[in-house]
Amino acid sequence: MLKDLVFLGTAVFTIASAATVAFSRNILYSGFALLGTFAGAAVFFILLSSDFVAVTQVLIYVGGVLILVLFAIMLTSKIGDMNITNRSINYKIAIPLLLLFLGMLTQLMSGGSWDFGEEKFQSMVVPIGNGLLTEYLLPFEVISIALLGALVGAVVIVRREIK
Amino acid sequence: MATLQSYLMVTAILFGLGLFVVTTRRNAVGVLMGVELILNAASINFVAFAHFRGNDVAGNMFSIFIIVLAAAEAAVALALVISLFRQFGTIDVEEATTLKG
Repeated sequence: MLKDLVFLGTAVFTIASAATVAFSRNILYSGFALLGTFAGAAVFFILLSSDFVAVTQVLIYVGGVLILVLFAIMLTSKIGDMNITNRSINYKIAIPLLLLFLGMLTQLMSGGSWDFGEEKFQSMVVPIGNGLLTEYLLPFEVISIALLGALVGAVVIVRREIK
Repeated sequence: MATLQSYLMVTAILFGLGLFVVTTRRNAVGVLMGVELILNAASINFVAFAHFRGNDVAGNMFSIFIIVLAAAEAAVALALVISLFRQFGTIDVEEATTLKG
């Protein structure tokens, strides 16, 4: 019962902040509203008994990606004309695309049986730790190399040319 | 109430909003925010399926990998945005037309 209430509140909160991201005319407000979406996703992860993923979400998204996004906004827009920094285009393409996509998804969800019943909360930290060092060791190493390459690449892209 | 289907509904709405942002924004950072929304929706979906299949570990792995790759993607994309700003003085994706034939 309490779980349902928490789910409902988080769903409303997450979708409201995602809508703010989508429709706000000020890019800075969109950036701050992204915080609400990430936090709501973390609550969903906890409800889905993935406590480790929830903590990772808060650490990496809220602590890392969001700060990067806000930095990029502050570095690239002139604070003076902040009000029109987030104009929108292409509504004629976007709305049919969106309707097509949502129609497809509802069609997919209304067919078939999705009755999986209720699951109990169970901490996933130990299975994830075991999995990362046994079955998923190769993807783990590959993704660490990919992350290193991406970070070095980011530094190379933004540095100034030294003649 | 909190069944698999309700999670799928919420993430479908999140994904749709992300798609809308990606197709309508002119600001490059705004487009990036849409990509983040889409990735978040996908990773919630992975975890929801894993949970309702009896707390499977594979879905959790996938969502951790998605989060890490999203961080890498954000770092590279924001570096590109900053160098775009240096080159053109704007981050409007409609203005960067140097490669247009």
